[in-house]
Amino acid sequence: MTHGNMEYREIITEALSALTVNKLRTGLATLGIVIGIGSVIALISLGQATQQSIQERIQALGSNLLTVNPGAQQTGGVRGAAGGGTSLTLDDAKAIQTSPQITTISAVSPEVDKRQQVSTGSNNTNIRINGATSSYAEVHKITMDSGAFITDQDDLNGRRVVVLGPQVVTDLFPDGGGPIGKAVRINTMTFEVVGVTVSKGGTGFQNQDDIAYIPLSTAQKQLFGQSYLSDISLEAKSPEVMTDAQNEVGYLLLSRHKLNDPTQADFSIFSQQDILNTASSATGTFTTLLSGIAAISLLVGGIGIMNIMLVTVTERTREIGLRKALGAKKSNINLQFLIESVILTFAGGILGMILGIGTSFLVSNLTSSPFVISPLAILLAIGVSVGVGILFGWYPAQKASKLQPIEALRYE
Amino acid sequence: MIKISHISKTYKNEEVETKALDDVSFEVKNKEFVAIMGPSGSGKSTLMHIVGALDTPTSGTYVLDGEEVGKLSDDQLAEIRNKKIGFVFQAFNLLPRTSALKNVILPMVYGGVPKEEREERAKKYLNMVGLGDRMENTSSQLSGGQQQRVAIARALVLNPSIILADEPTGNIASAQAEEIMDIFQKLNEEGHTIVMITHEPDIAEHAKRIITVKDGKIVGDSNKHRQRKVKIPMSS
Repeated sequence: MTHGNMEYREIITEALSALTVNKLRTGLATLGIVIGIGSVIALISLGQATQQSIQERIQALGSNLLTVNPGAQQTGGVRGAAGGGTSLTLDDAKAIQTSPQITTISAVSPEVDKRQQVSTGSNNTNIRINGATSSYAEVHKITMDSGAFITDQDDLNGRRVVVLGPQVVTDLFPDGGGPIGKAVRINTMTFEVVGVTVSKGGTGFQNQDDIAYIPLSTAQKQLFGQSYLSDISLEAKSPEVMTDAQNEVGYLLLSRHKLNDPTQADFSIFSQQDILNTASSATGTFTTLLSGIAAISLLVGGIGIMNIMLVTVTERTREIGLRKALGAKKSNINLQFLIESVILTFAGGILGMILGIGTSFLVSNLTSSPFVISPLAILLAIGVSVGVGILFGWYPAQKASKLQPIEALRYE
Repeated sequence: MIKISHISKTYKNEEVETKALDDVSFEVKNKEFVAIMGPSGSGKSTLMHIVGALDTPTSGTYVLDGEEVGKLSDDQLAEIRNKKIGFVFQAFNLLPRTSALKNVILPMVYGGVPKEEREERAKKYLNMVGLGDRMENTSSQLSGGQQQRVAIARALVLNPSIILADEPTGNIASAQAEEIMDIFQKLNEEGHTIVMITHEPDIAEHAKRIITVKDGKIVGDSNKHRQRKVKIPMSS
């Protein structure tokens, strides 16, 4: 493949030797591109990893899950603090369970929750306490590591028994030894440990292992003193009937609450998909914003390249004059400097890509989140870096090609 | 084959007009060895730039091998500089940090010589100027005289119609200067046309014809002098 009389391979070789003359300058010039591309790739990758991680975690909770929250419909879909809204009652939950209008729901779990101080004699921790019935385990796919979950008898008799998550066990019984049968104080009341759940993994925010469960009636009547529910969790019969389930439950509750207008509902129903979509779009927006900032650094990098190329052209004015005297055409000179610029940005793009992928890999290892590399992002990075090279190298290359040989040769 | 007719060149620097060449005319035929001599500021460099298609006159015509140079496009001028003219500069103008071999190859790259031929031809001319054992040296590893010899090999490599030398011995010690003049004389005996610019009469006398320039005009044009032949043979 040739341009004029020179093979592209020759032009590239010549450009490379010109660039390696001053390695420090070449390195500094490409730094802007490396950082720009690297951060864009890392951010996009981390953003996608976060989205995937959220998806996986929400799906692990059960894709047939519907959540009824008290309070008006919000676009956020974020669960309000415990106690936000008092419109859901145990009778609502029982109605959903028994009503002939409901054909798509297979399990109903009425729930209350509040953070409480839990302690043994020597250790304590502040965790979320869920008041639950036996259906909670089924709806939320909880399995037992030892002992048993809350039973209907526990709930009926208002017994003071508690099921602990594995993190709570670690915090309260650091010396080991089974916690079953031991006593813990929740707030000021004494409860007996009757079970430990299997770990669901996860860290930090909404850690499913850092929770304890007590019977619903005990929670409502004895511990919290509230007659309303924090929420009702429902299991639909299959993923296909989710929308029907939402409608059925919605209409039932509207009529029970004596409301005619759905927009006036004093509750909201969310499926996994709704929560997923919200979380996805939130992270999506965030990622886009950060990537935009990273793109600005890319622009700055491009300006840096143009700067260096202009300096190079000035420095090599005599050389350009000589080449023209020996027969180089304008297009020869133009192409030579354009290729040098593109090599700079392309190399910067490759390095940046490696840096971005490496960073994303490290972070995913440190936070146990998935490692996602989008091939589209990589192609984009390469394309953009070459584009930046052409865009910002154009002016210096033009300037070089327009030099008059005689002026150039005179240049000191 | 060089026909300069009524060439004038005026430089405008802000408000001051300088007339570098004033209605100059002459001809150079094939196989001539011409020296253009004059003091600095006489216009001889300007004349060389016009002959070398590096600059255009303000008025007048320049015909090279039957082609009127003033009418050519930029790309066509580049072709002429590549194939018809071989430059030898006072400051050598070799590419730094580049071997002698690669320097001599450079015109062939722009001239479309196939890759396989280039090295062979370059070596042939480097041998001819006596630098067969210094082909990989860069300019910092060569003396002034040696660098100029590389420049001469470079000028010859595409078999140009004229060799145009601008003060070729200006930056060289006198012993080596004689060697350069010897090369030029031998080249001329082999049939090359050489036009040389100089301000030194001693150097000018190595040519067969001397055109004297002063204040932008030709004031002398003769071959009556006795051509000064080089006594020291060229070292190989």
